Amino acid sequence: MTVTSAGPSAVGAALDRKDGPLKVRGAATYAGEWPVDNPAYLYPLQATIAAGRITGVDASAALDLPGVLGVITHVNAPKLAWATDPEVAVLQSDEVAWRGQIVGAVVAETLETARHAAGLVRLAYEQRPHDTELRADRHDLHRPQHAALFGAAPGDLQDGSPADSALGDVDAGLAEAAFTLDATYTTPMNHHNPMEPHTGIAVWTDDEITLYCSSQGVHLHRSLLAGAFGVDAARIRAISPHVGGGFGSKVYPVVWGTLALMGAQLVPGRPVKFALTRQQMFALVGYRPATIQRVRLGADSDGRLTAIAHDVIQQTARAKEYAEQTVGATRAMYAAPNRSTTTRVAALDVPVPTIMRGPGEATGMFALESAMDEMASAAGLDPIEFRIRNEPAVHPEHGLPFSTRNLVACLREGARRFGWEGRDPAPLSRRENDWLVGTGVASSIYPSPRLPGNSASIHADADGRYTVRIGAADIGTGTWTALTQIAAEALGVGVEDVNLEIGDTSLPVASSAGFSSGINCWGSTIYAAADELRKLLDSEHGGMVPAEGIEASADMPDNPYMEQFAMYSFGAQFAEVRVHEDTGEIRVPRLLGVFDAGRIINPKTARSQLIGGMTQGLSMALHEASVIDPRFGHVVNNDLGGYHFASNADVGSVEVHYLEERDPYTNPMGSKGIGEVCIVGTAAAIANAVHHATGVRVRDLPITLDKLIV
Amino acid sequence: MDVEILLRVDGKEHRLTVDTRTTLLDALRERLGNTSPKKGCDHGQCGACTVLMNGQRVTSCLVLAVAGEGAEIVTAEGLAEGDELHPVQRAFIAHDAFQCGYCTPGQVVSAVAMMREAQAGWPSVVTEDLDADVVVLDDREIAERMSGNLCRCAAYANIVPAIAEVARP
Ligand code: FES
Ligand code: FES
Repeated sequence: MTVTSAGPSAVGAALDRKDGPLKVRGAATYAGEWPVDNPAYLYPLQATIAAGRITGVDASAALDLPGVLGVITHVNAPKLAWATDPEVAVLQSDEVAWRGQIVGAVVAETLETARHAAGLVRLAYEQRPHDTELRADRHDLHRPQHAALFGAAPGDLQDGSPADSALGDVDAGLAEAAFTLDATYTTPMNHHNPMEPHTGIAVWTDDEITLYCSSQGVHLHRSLLAGAFGVDAARIRAISPHVGGGFGSKVYPVVWGTLALMGAQLVPGRPVKFALTRQQMFALVGYRPATIQRVRLGADSDGRLTAIAHDVIQQTARAKEYAEQTVGATRAMYAAPNRSTTTRVAALDVPVPTIMRGPGEATGMFALESAMDEMASAAGLDPIEFRIRNEPAVHPEHGLPFSTRNLVACLREGARRFGWEGRDPAPLSRRENDWLVGTGVASSIYPSPRLPGNSASIHADADGRYTVRIGAADIGTGTWTALTQIAAEALGVGVEDVNLEIGDTSLPVASSAGFSSGINCWGSTIYAAADELRKLLDSEHGGMVPAEGIEASADMPDNPYMEQFAMYSFGAQFAEVRVHEDTGEIRVPRLLGVFDAGRIINPKTARSQLIGGMTQGLSMALHEASVIDPRFGHVVNNDLGGYHFASNADVGSVEVHYLEERDPYTNPMGSKGIGEVCIVGTAAAIANAVHHATGVRVRDLPITLDKLIV
Repeated sequence: MDVEILLRVDGKEHRLTVDTRTTLLDALRERLGNTSPKKGCDHGQCGACTVLMNGQRVTSCLVLAVAGEGAEIVTAEGLAEGDELHPVQRAFIAHDAFQCGYCTPGQVVSAVAMMREAQAGWPSVVTEDLDADVVVLDDREIAERMSGNLCRCAAYANIVPAIAEVARP
């Protein structure tokens, strides 16, 4: 058996999802579904005040209930070695920092008993006044200082970038402009709501600690939990081969992991199962923070931007600072000599926000791309032409060239496919029966970063089979299929010869599925491991796999081009919207996106990811808002009946196209990220179409019918 | 209170003792190890737990296990015949009508029952002819009738054509 570098290319083939046959019959094993013997069940207790401290615990009635194995509160919980992060460390003090925070747990023989007993535990509180309202006129806004989560250089915002940026003189740029805009856009809290609730099954023995978990990255979860419990990471095995969606909520906050492990410590050797309820998820696994965004634009009489200013106020939690790059996309999108961005946060008595698909970019681009539409109208330009006139030659802030940037081509190709030509730009220009019809466009952008901490191994058998091992995650993203294709290409063999193993800390370390970085990181690492294997075979075995097999491994190599180029995916999204004249009902019969995401590994699974992101963008535009009752501090619509996200009948045609160009600088596959670019811009395209249909500019998401009936 | 019940699931009989508070969903998943129906909300709001009960789709989180006594229960696992997948399951794979797959068994079961409902002439809110003996499942009917099955990965634009392929061969 020989290994060549140029075999039939598996990358680019529209293969069916490898895990498909298991998933359609419900036989893929998600976290709570591992067959374990005689499990005990854990049910958590949540704070019923938004701020204050616990002054008393009475667990006697719960403990008297037959079948209850224990009640854990801050009084008797194990002291954790690392308790600085409230999303990881729970039950470490009597302080309550938000309503719904974990204040205890019951472990019992059955789920029913655990839940019943949880209702019998009495907690007394000393309440402090709380404050959950985000307003622009607050006096306590501050510049965030958020240590980057992902290992990039520590910066103010969670992606490692600074809170503020400035070039030139915005006031002068606005003063010299022929057209100006000064508008404020607002977006609410959104919750990820993956269909699989966050779940852990933990088994704690003297030797090994096993955690079956819902995880976007088992290695990150293991290191967080090993740190918290003060145990050697090698003792913990985290397993998560199939995950029922995450969208960011299964990357970092692992309260469910911590609690499952505490439960397991209580009953050593016995598996403890803990699944959050849907309602609990609204307080414990993060959310997209609400924003208030002021955008100022100036343009000269030719429609060239003279100034761009984007000032963002967003919420964070008093318990832990989280600040995302809501201004990030604005820094990279359009050319203008004078520009500034600022980020300020208000620390509230609310649950801790976290990354949610397109964290920052999704909300920031709702504001910027709505503003671009408003400016195009003011300048009397077609919104596509206006964007093209302001296309930058290099990154507008730091001046690096883009590795590839085909935004203009996406806009043009999208316009052609959507039938944009001949559009009457006047609002209220199209009416069909009782429906006002409008169309809108917006750009999409998302970076293609890398996260550190990746390694892969490949074992070759003499019979021509290759086992590729990396602790990567498939949260529905198609990793099982795409990495198999990449490994086949890297090894120059067919996909049927590759056996992939992911989602387990017993495999080589891998970064989490987040930041649209998975395929970039894991694929590059597999490529490097295939190179190592080839070298080893050539140098020691004359290119032939020995009878006993052979194994090689590699870490993710550095990409020197990351310092030399700005790397982003781009897209153009088009929406057709119909608004009922009498009721204000809003329908979106058609969404169309054209994306520049480099080379597409698997057009079938990639398409699913892109239509999924666009549909979530539709959902963000029209449906989603978590509503906090300021009197009590909790999300009142905390279930799937109250928190509406797009259902089947809310969605019409969703079309996606790729402008496939191999990116020469991102990675050996030539790919860029696709997971998040697709949700960026959708909400603006829909808001712009709503304006075109009705003449009403809605600057406050979600766009509900009450905002259209004036 | 515990009671002994008989559950008939995917053609097999199981005698088990359950707490009267146990839902059919928890009995299937936690007691019988049948992970085909999923728990997404436990409130009848997402459809992930959909099973057939005497031929009709129900959200098994809203059925108490004791109420399932003697009923014929079919999960997505039971729709497949051994390794031979049901046509709806094959269409879901061919159209990539899912990503994470957590809503998928519920979608599949729901689609199978929904096609029978249309065949029997049950109208939906978008049905034009309320007296029709058989409702033709155009895309709008499919989307409407499948809206009790949420998919957060938002594979709807693939779910509708997957079902259409089976419903309108
Ligand atoms: S789990 Fe039964 S409907 Fe959601
Ligand atoms: S496939 Fe993930 S929820 Fe439907």
